[in-house]
Amino acid sequence: MRNLCLYFQIHQPFRLRRYRFFDIWNNHYYYDDYLNESIMQRVSARSYLPTNRILHELLKESGNGFKLTISISGLAIDQFRRYAPEVLESFQELAALPGVEFLSETYAHSLASLGHTDEFIRQVKAHEQVMDEVFNVKPQVFRNTELIYSDEIGAVISGMGYKGMITEGAKHILGWKSPDFLYCNSINPRLKVLLKNFKLSDDIAFRFSNKGWVEWPLTAEKYAGWLQNLPEKEEVVGIFMDYETFGEHQWEETGIFDFLKAFPGAVRQETDFQFSTPSEIMQKLQPVSEISVPWPISWADKEKDLSAWLGNELQDEAFKKLYGLEEKVTGIDDPDIQRDWNYLQASDHFYYMCTKFFSDGEVHSYFNPYDSPYDAFINYMNVLSDFELRVKSLVTEPAPDSETVKLTKVLKEKEELIAKYEKELKRTRMALARTKKRGTATSSQSITRTTKKNVSGKSPGKKKTSSK
Amino acid sequence: MKVLMFGWEFPPHISGGLGTASYGLTRGMYTIGGIDILFVVPKAYGDEDQNIARVIGAGDVIVKQHLYTFSKLNKQMNYFQVESKVVPYVDPEDFWKLKKKEVSADRWYVQTDEQGKIKFSGKYGADLLEEIRKYALVASVIARENEFDVIHAHDWLAYPAGIAAKAVSGKPLVIHVHATDFDRSRGNVNPEVYAIEKQGMDVADKIIAVSNLTRNIIIEKYRIPQEKVITVHNAVDPVTTDQRNFEKGQLGDKIVTFLGRITMQKGPEYFVEAASRVLQRMDQVRFVMAGSGDMMQKMIALAAAKGIMNRFHFTGFLKGDEVYRMLHLSDVYVMPSVSEPFGISPLEALQSSVPVIISHQSGVAEILTHALKINFWDIDAMSDSIYALLNYPALTKMFTKYGKEEVNRLKWENAAQKVREIYLSLVSN
Repeated sequence: MRNLCLYFQIHQPFRLRRYRFFDIWNNHYYYDDYLNESIMQRVSARSYLPTNRILHELLKESGNGFKLTISISGLAIDQFRRYAPEVLESFQELAALPGVEFLSETYAHSLASLGHTDEFIRQVKAHEQVMDEVFNVKPQVFRNTELIYSDEIGAVISGMGYKGMITEGAKHILGWKSPDFLYCNSINPRLKVLLKNFKLSDDIAFRFSNKGWVEWPLTAEKYAGWLQNLPEKEEVVGIFMDYETFGEHQWEETGIFDFLKAFPGAVRQETDFQFSTPSEIMQKLQPVSEISVPWPISWADKEKDLSAWLGNELQDEAFKKLYGLEEKVTGIDDPDIQRDWNYLQASDHFYYMCTKFFSDGEVHSYFNPYDSPYDAFINYMNVLSDFELRVKSLVTEPAPDSETVKLTKVLKEKEELIAKYEKELKRTRMALARTKKRGTATSSQSITRTTKKNVSGKSPGKKKTSSK
Repeated sequence: MKVLMFGWEFPPHISGGLGTASYGLTRGMYTIGGIDILFVVPKAYGDEDQNIARVIGAGDVIVKQHLYTFSKLNKQMNYFQVESKVVPYVDPEDFWKLKKKEVSADRWYVQTDEQGKIKFSGKYGADLLEEIRKYALVASVIARENEFDVIHAHDWLAYPAGIAAKAVSGKPLVIHVHATDFDRSRGNVNPEVYAIEKQGMDVADKIIAVSNLTRNIIIEKYRIPQEKVITVHNAVDPVTTDQRNFEKGQLGDKIVTFLGRITMQKGPEYFVEAASRVLQRMDQVRFVMAGSGDMMQKMIALAAAKGIMNRFHFTGFLKGDEVYRMLHLSDVYVMPSVSEPFGISPLEALQSSVPVIISHQSGVAEILTHALKINFWDIDAMSDSIYALLNYPALTKMFTKYGKEEVNRLKWENAAQKVREIYLSLVSN
C-alpha cells in the first residue's frame, strides 16, 4: 500500500505592542496582550477546538486507519498556557490516542537555523523538553520553522540524533523528480527527507473555498480520486499545511470540516493509500536518492525560499542586530531576558517587514498588525533597542587585561598565518600531484626547452614546438 | 481634438502647486499628441486709461493674442492674456489684504504685465468675486471666437469662466479640482466660495480630482454623484542635473525639514511638537522650518516655549534653487498637512533622495508606498518615524532605493492619457 502523510503545523507568535522610541529604557514590556489574546480566542473557537473534536472522533473510530502528524511551536504552547489552557488540554487528549505523531521544531519558531547553529540547537532542545513535559513524547522527526531546509541544516539535525526531516517539495530543487518519494540528506545520508506535495496540499489549504477554481467545490471523493490517479510507483504523498486551514483560513461555512470528516473514509474506499506518520514512513521505505539543497528552501509563497523573512534591507538589519546579541544573552540567567529573547526571534516579526507585501500582499497581511513593512521595522527596532540596553546592563564586560589582550591578538595573528600557509601548502601539493600525473618526463623537457629558448632569443618556430 | 483650457498661471510666473500641475499636464498632453490646447491665462493687463472693464462689457476683443513657442517640443501654443487682478489660492479676505499691499508695492502687477507699461492708480473698486465674473465674461468672448471640442477649467477661480464658455458654445465642460475650500479653511468654509465651487461642479460634465481624498470631499461635501468624479493623480517632472549637484552639509548634525507655507493647512505646530519629543531623546539633530506664512510668529513662540530654539531653525521664504539646496541638506522631510489635496513637494524630496514622512490626510499618500505615513495629529507616530529614520539606517537605504524609483515612474504623460480618455468619452457622446 502506498503511504499518505497528513501533517499540520500550529504556531502563534507574540505580537508586539506599539512601542515608541520614548518607551526605550522606560518600559520593558513588549507584547500586545489584548491582540494576542483575542486572536488566540478567535482561532481557538473557530479552528483549534472544533478541529480537535473532529480529529478525536476520527482517531477513535476503529478500523479506518486514520493517522495524523502535528507540530506545535513553543510559543504557541506558551500562548495556550496563558490564554487558552482548554486548547492545550484537548491537544493532550489527542496526543494520548494511537496514531498521532508529534514532530520537533524550534521553540521560538525562529530563523536561528540560518547561520546561528548554537542557538538553533539550544532551541531544538528547549522544544524537546517542552514536548516531553506537556505531551510526554520524544519526537524522532524534525520540522524546521516554515519547513526551511538545506543540506547543512539537515546535517546539524542528523547530528542531534534525528531520523529524518520534512520539507517543501520545491520545484527548483526537484527539477524532473517527483516529491512523492523518500529522499535523504546529501551530507549525511542517514537522515531521511520527506517532502511536501505542494499541489495537493495547496488544493486544500489555499484553493478549497475559491469559487473561481475549476475544481470547486472540492469533495473528499474527488480528492481521493486524484490520489489514486497518481503514478503507481509513487510511494508516499506528503500533505502538509497550517492547522488553522480548518476553520480559520477556510471558514466552517466553506464546508472544510465536512471535507475533513469524510476524508479518511474516502481514502480508505477509493484508494490504495494508507495513512502513515513520518517516522513510520522512514522506517518502512528506503530513500530513492539523496537530495541536494545547497541554498535554504521553505514552504512560503511562490519562491519557496527565504525571501519572505530575509533579503530586504530592513529584514537584514533587524536580523543582524538581533543575533548580534546572541553571545551576550546566552550568558544571562534571567527568565525575563530569556523569554523575550525567544519571543523576539519568531520568524513572524521578519515576515511583517517583507516588502514583497506590496505586490503579493494577501497572505502576508494575514494576522499582520502593521500598516506597512516600514511600520513593522520601526516598532521591532525600538523594542530591540530596549532589549539590547537591558542585555548590556546585565552583562558585566570583563575589564580587558592588557596582557591578555596583547597575547590574544598575537595568537590570532599566528593562527591566521598558519591558516594561510596551510592553504598555500595544499595548493602546491595539488599542483604537484597534477603535474606528476601528466608525466614527469615531458614536463621537465618542456622546462629545459623554454629555458634554452629564453637564452637563445625568441624564435617563432621554436616557440611552437615548445608549446606542443 | 481642440481644448479650451482656463488656467491661472503658466511658467515662469508661478507661485504654487496649481501652476506646476496645470503646466505639467499640458506638457504631458503635448507629449502624447493629438490634442491642441488653447490655454487662457488671466493676467492683469494694465491699460493707461483704465477702460478694460468697459471693453469686455462691449464685447470687444480686449485680449491680445500672443504666440508662444515650446522650445523643447517645437509646438505652438496660443495664450490669451485676460485682464484680471486675481491670484490663485486666495479667499476674499486675502485678496483685500493683497490689494492693500499692492498700493505700495505694485508687485503683482509688475509680475503679470508683459510689456511693463502698466500704471497703477490704486483704484480697486471690484472685489474678488466680481473679478471672477469679469473673467467669465471674457471667457465667453473667447469661446465665441474660437473653435474647440472640450472646455477644461483649473480650480475654482476659473469655474465661472468655464461655465460661461460652455453656455456660449454648448461644448462639454471638465473642471479640474486641485483644492476645495474645505482644504484651505480646515472646514470653516466661505459660503460664497462654496457656492462658486458647487455651481462649477454641478454644471460640469466631468470632474477631475487630484486625489481620492479630494474626490471624496467633492462627493460628500458638495453632494456630487460619484460616477461624475474621476481621480487623476498629479505627477512630477524629472529633476534637472544642475538641481542635483548641491553639496551635502558639513555640519555633523542630522537635519529634519518642514518645507512649505507656515499656515494652518500645513500643520506646522505638529512638527514643532514632534521635534521637541525627538530632542528629548537625542542630540546631533536639528530641525528646520523653511517657508513663511501667517503662523510663523506663533511657531517661533511655540518652539521657544518648548526650549528647543537652539536646535530649531526658521529660514523664511525660500526661492528657486534654495529649495533644492535645503532638500539636499536634509536627512528627513516631514509634511504633516492637515488637508492636502495632493502635495507635490514630498515627490521632489524623494527625487533628492530624502526620505519622507507624510500625513494620511494628503493625496500624495495614496500613490506613495515607500514613505512613512502618519495621521497629522499623531505626534507620537511622527516623532517615532523621525527617530527611526535617524537611527535605523536601513530605512533610509530602502527609501532612497525604492522611493526614487517609484517617483520616477510617475509621469505626466500617464495623467494626460487619463485626461484624454475623459475628453474622448465626452466628445463621443
